[in-house]
Amino acid sequence: MFRRDGEHCTARFSAEEVKVLRQVATEVVALLTDGFDRADPVVERLFPDVYPDDPEATSDYRQFTDGELKTAKIDQAGAILAILPSSGGADIVLDEESSEAWLRALNDVRLALGTRLEVRDDTDLEAELDDAVLHDPTSARVGQLSLYAYLGYLQESLVEALTTG
Amino acid sequence: MSAGVIARTPAATSSGVSAATPAATSAGVVAKTPAAPLPVETPEVAEAPDIEDVPEIDRPWVTVVWNDPINLMSYVTWVFQKLFGYSKDKAEQLMLDVHHKGRAVVSSGARERMEFDASRLHEHGLWATVTRE
Repeated sequence: MFRRDGEHCTARFSAEEVKVLRQVATEVVALLTDGFDRADPVVERLFPDVYPDDPEATSDYRQFTDGELKTAKIDQAGAILAILPSSGGADIVLDEESSEAWLRALNDVRLALGTRLEVRDDTDLEAELDDAVLHDPTSARVGQLSLYAYLGYLQESLVEALTTG
Repeated sequence: MSAGVIARTPAATSSGVSAATPAATSAGVVAKTPAAPLPVETPEVAEAPDIEDVPEIDRPWVTVVWNDPINLMSYVTWVFQKLFGYSKDKAEQLMLDVHHKGRAVVSSGARERMEFDASRLHEHGLWATVTRE
C-alpha cells in the first residue's frame, strides 16, 4: 500500500504483487493494441459514447480523440511497467506526475477487471468472494475478485497518499 | 498457465481479432507520442426551427458524469479537483451528486470545450458525455 514520504508516494511491493501488477498492466496494453475490439464491454467502458443519442456525432468525435485516448491509456499502463522491476519485490518511489499516471492506470485496470466481473452498484464484494470460495477456492473468479479488491485498496491508498501531501 | 485475468475469453486466443496485426505490443508501452493539442471539432450547427426562440447562449453545452459502480469516490473527487480546479468541498459535492442522483453536470460552456473536458475525463476513466442542457 502507498504512503506519503515528503514529496513522494512510496510503496513496498512483494515479488507476487510486482508480478500481478505487471500482468494486469500488460493485459490492459494488449486490450488497447492488437486486442482492440469496439464490441468488447471493457473497451466500451474505457471509450464511452460521448453523445449516446447521436451515433454520428460520437463517431465524428472519436475520429479526433480515439487515437489520443488510446495513447494516453497505453502510456498510463506503461508508467506502471516502467517503474516496476521485471521480477522480484521492489520499493518504489513516485513523484507527483508518476503518482497521477499510476492512479489513472490503476483505475483503467479496475474498470477492465470490474467490467469483466460485472460489478454493479449493489455488488457486495465480500459476499461474492465468499460465495466463489465456497464453490471452488481455486477458481479463476476467486483470483479475479481478490485481485479486484486488492487493486481497490491500492488505488485508495495512492489517492490518499497523493492528496494528503 | 498464464490465462489473463482481464482477457476476454480466458485461455482462448481465438476471439476473432482478424485484421489486427499482432504488432509490437511492448513497443507501444514505452512509445510516447509528443503531446499534440486536442483537435477541435467544428460543430455542425443543426438548424432546428423549434430552438430559434431560445437564444443559443441560454442553452449551453454541458459535460455530464454518470454514476459508475467501479470508480472510487475518493478518486472521482480527486479527478474533479484536478481537472476543473474545484475546491475539495465542491468536488466532493459533485461526486456525491453523481453517486446519489446517477449523474451530475460538471462543466458547461462551448461545445468544443465540453468535448475537451469529456476527453480528459475519459482519460481518467470517468464516464462522461456531452449534451445540450
